Amino acid sequence: MSFPLLTVTAAVPAVGAVVTAAVPAAQRTTAKYTALLFSLATLVFAAVALVRFDPDGDRYQLTESHAWIKDFGLRYDLGVDGIAVVMVALTALLIPFVMLAGWHDADPLEDANPNRRWRPTQGFFALILLVEAMVVLSFEATDVFLFYIFFEAMLIPMYFLIGGFGDRAHAGGEEEAARQRSYAAVKFLLYNLAGGLIMLAAVIGLYVVTAHQLGTGTFSLQEILSARASGKLDIETSTERWLFLGFFFAFAVKAPLWPLHTWLPNAMGESTAPVAVLITAVVDKVGTFAMLRFCLQLFPEASKWAAPVILVLALISIIYGALLAVGQRDIKRLIAYASVSHFGFIILGIFAMTSQGQSGATLYMVNHGISTAALMLVAGFLITRRGSRLIADFGGVQKVAPILAGTFLIGGLATLSLPGLAPFVSEFLVLVGTFSRYPVLGIIATLGIVLAALYVLVLYQRTMTGPVKAGIEGMTDLKARELLVVTPLIALLLFLGVYPKPVTDIVNPSVHHTLSDVHKTDPKPALEAKK
Amino acid sequence: MSASSVHSLWTTAAPVADKFPTPHIEYAQLSPVLIVLGAAALGVLVEAFLPRRSRYTAQVALAALGLAAAFAAIVALADKGYGTTKAHIAAMGAVAVDGPALFLQGTILLVGFVAIFTFAERRLDPRAHGNQVDSFAAQGSAVPGSDQEKAAVRAGFTSTEVFPLLMFAVGGMLIFPAANDLLTLFVALEVFSLPLYILCALARRNRLMSQEAAVKYFLLGAFSSAFLLFGIALLYGYAGTVSYSGISSVIDGTAPMNPALADTTGNDALLLIGLAMVAMGLLFKVGAVPFHMWTPDVYQGAPTPVTGFMASATKVAAFGALLRLLYVVLPGMRWDWRPVMWGVAILTMLAGAVIAVTQTDVKRLLAYSSIAHAGFILAGVIATTPDGISSVLFYLAAYSFVTLGAFAVVTLVRDAGGEATHLSRWAGLGRRSPLVAAVFAVFLLAFAGIPLTSGFAGKFAVFTAAAQGGAMPLVIVGVISSAIAAFFYIRVIVLMFFSEPKPDGPTVAVPSLMTSTAIAVGVAVTLVLGLAPQYFLDLADKAGIFVR
Repeated sequence: MSFPLLTVTAAVPAVGAVVTAAVPAAQRTTAKYTALLFSLATLVFAAVALVRFDPDGDRYQLTESHAWIKDFGLRYDLGVDGIAVVMVALTALLIPFVMLAGWHDADPLEDANPNRRWRPTQGFFALILLVEAMVVLSFEATDVFLFYIFFEAMLIPMYFLIGGFGDRAHAGGEEEAARQRSYAAVKFLLYNLAGGLIMLAAVIGLYVVTAHQLGTGTFSLQEILSARASGKLDIETSTERWLFLGFFFAFAVKAPLWPLHTWLPNAMGESTAPVAVLITAVVDKVGTFAMLRFCLQLFPEASKWAAPVILVLALISIIYGALLAVGQRDIKRLIAYASVSHFGFIILGIFAMTSQGQSGATLYMVNHGISTAALMLVAGFLITRRGSRLIADFGGVQKVAPILAGTFLIGGLATLSLPGLAPFVSEFLVLVGTFSRYPVLGIIATLGIVLAALYVLVLYQRTMTGPVKAGIEGMTDLKARELLVVTPLIALLLFLGVYPKPVTDIVNPSVHHTLSDVHKTDPKPALEAKK
Repeated sequence: MSASSVHSLWTTAAPVADKFPTPHIEYAQLSPVLIVLGAAALGVLVEAFLPRRSRYTAQVALAALGLAAAFAAIVALADKGYGTTKAHIAAMGAVAVDGPALFLQGTILLVGFVAIFTFAERRLDPRAHGNQVDSFAAQGSAVPGSDQEKAAVRAGFTSTEVFPLLMFAVGGMLIFPAANDLLTLFVALEVFSLPLYILCALARRNRLMSQEAAVKYFLLGAFSSAFLLFGIALLYGYAGTVSYSGISSVIDGTAPMNPALADTTGNDALLLIGLAMVAMGLLFKVGAVPFHMWTPDVYQGAPTPVTGFMASATKVAAFGALLRLLYVVLPGMRWDWRPVMWGVAILTMLAGAVIAVTQTDVKRLLAYSSIAHAGFILAGVIATTPDGISSVLFYLAAYSFVTLGAFAVVTLVRDAGGEATHLSRWAGLGRRSPLVAAVFAVFLLAFAGIPLTSGFAGKFAVFTAAAQGGAMPLVIVGVISSAIAAFFYIRVIVLMFFSEPKPDGPTVAVPSLMTSTAIAVGVAVTLVLGLAPQYFLDLADKAGIFVR
């Protein structure tokens, strides 16, 4: 038996979570380093998986397959295609930065609880590792049910991260902050749980269909795909549509897609910046990833059937998210609405069903993860220094903290997809891919870029330029730990902006596989078509 | 004239009953029930003859031994194949020994065994006049607030009668799902109900509420028993027999006609009304809407250890009986009862979940949640497939241990007035006692059906069975009410972890090994059935065939 690389990649953070949680209450620093160490080890394994993955090889590689709960048809099947292996790498890459950025976020306050068993710091880092393990497993699962389990289960640690470790900078004081925080956490959980339970009905439906037609119920992606290819499995059109809707609903809540997005600004606004990054850059990616892996592959016909509506919703997300971002007064909520807009782009790219669109969307997931992490984490440093999230409380920061302002600008420029930075490539690909099939949608989506320039530059102008406001004078510039977080992210943005080939090379073959599942070919270029 | 001829002047000799059957009882196969009832009877003797100070130890040991021995007997029976190949009907057609019966009896025995630990806990309540006391009234017969009660408390009396009562209840519950004729069913129902009525009235704190709960339970229970009995009479009128297989063969039309009952036999009105009434009696015990009204009041008023036992074991027994009735007696008329049961299941799921949202008391909240869960189980019952049976068996096993554990945690959170069950008192519990709050959170997540807990495995099993049985709408209602239910489970978690503790909030009592064991068993079962349920699913699968 070969080395179970994928299992290990997920098991390392899971074990790390347990070890971290077990560190005695007084030794907070030990707990932090333990967690960081485990996250770095995860990164190593994820990197090995990335290297061992052969883009031109089998569709699913590094596979592992074991029976888990036979009666439910549940198998522990892992495997990665190009898209999944990149997403795993992205997750493993971002977690150490999230931890470093949140190094002091969970330190107990001075008047901390006297109970010796109360260990917020240990809990914070253990929960992050737990989320990482579950996210990695949901990227790796090739069994629909296995995926569902981790997709649902990750809500619980995430919920505690949002509700338990909120942003201390709140206009309404500590009590109001606690109220808002618990509201945000509950909203997050209820939205996602409801989505997940609808999906559960669809998962059961899938089991019934396969049990009916194949004799035994199965959730294995490969088995279902090959049965479908050989004609043994023929899902009725209306059934397929219902099942698709059940799955898509859950992913659209998670992603999030307008009009199911309203939990995201609350959750990102009330949680600490690193947790906000965890939500938008890591956890939400499972939603868009699952659309690619499960919606399109399991229900190709229904995906084509629903695509027009989904594209319009994605378009609304792009414009609506960007418009609301322009109007925000709170830095974190602004970034949250910007993310809604960006998720619109990703979903647009996926359901345009062109190869540029889908590889653009995959690349977008990676780039959005990195750029939002950079912007949000720097914003977090800024907010911690001032003790406020309101844009109006800032001004002239670039005079007192130039490095902070500079990194904030680069993060912002990446968010508005400035050419030369990574998100430009992906946004361009998505737009080109959309345009070649749906020109009108492509044109309207371009508006999103214009609005992005508006909200990012206005944000920068109001917070960083102008006279130095009261409360800003003594602001310190980025410290070594913070630079350690920001510099690699920015370097990566620059690198992938100039040379995205390493990622696209891995992703593209998988995108072609997915497209061939939905029997879609790229439309001919417009000029050629006229001949 | 000889004596005999004189005698014959005013009497006639009855014809000699040529084939009067001598009762033939398979003692070995009934041994679990006999052991438990025997231990219960012994418990009564202990109560009568042992000095007061040594009763507690003797009763706890006797009850635990009895249940353990009965469980060993179940395992031995199952091992000999009585669950599968040798399944048959024992005791002159009165009791079935088959897979579902053994599985459910095993579950009830384990639940009872764990419940003993919570019953026997004596470290939670502060010492009364230097004596360790448990959750039960010092003297059941003493009027609350009277001098007699004060004297009993001062003397350090405890109600050790609860252990024999528990054993009688368990004995009745063992027969209930195995009952193979309607009279045995009724007798079993009363055997386990009467001790429960008494147990409900025996709380040490809030005695008036506890007595009120008992009266409510008793009155409504008596009503439902009356319905059940009336239904039995009508069914007898229909079929001329009370045995399950007899009734089902009359329904099939394969039974020979009894000339004495020719007028009524085969009258469908009798059948349908009788059935509805019998089902009503069972649905009452299950706590299904619209027969659920007693649940919140009784759950709240009864001593919490009793509530935990009742909520789990009664449900197991009653669902077992319902399953047997629907699958053995009525398979031929699926289409008559299915629509009604659909309605009941949908109402139960939705009403339980929706009403629970507004609850402010932990015990009432758990009561309504148990109603919602009864609805989920009913969805599996309705499936009418072998998968339906085994999924219900599995769900019952999973659910009962979560329930026991959850109520055991409720006994720990206390203030000066005893248990602090109002939800607002639980605010900030997670900061004060992270461990207790975390354990309770695990139970709540299992109730909510979050993956990797037993609640999820159970829910998935029944919903899949229902979907395969063609009840997809039920599954959809099920997931919607799960989402509603998730809201109030999560609300409790929010309250425990994200609210500031109140300065005068309740303390978490440090339990003895007893309650700790009960809670630990609950957590262990929740996790094992959530992570690696295959062995138990196999067991339920194998046990999923009724004998007829």
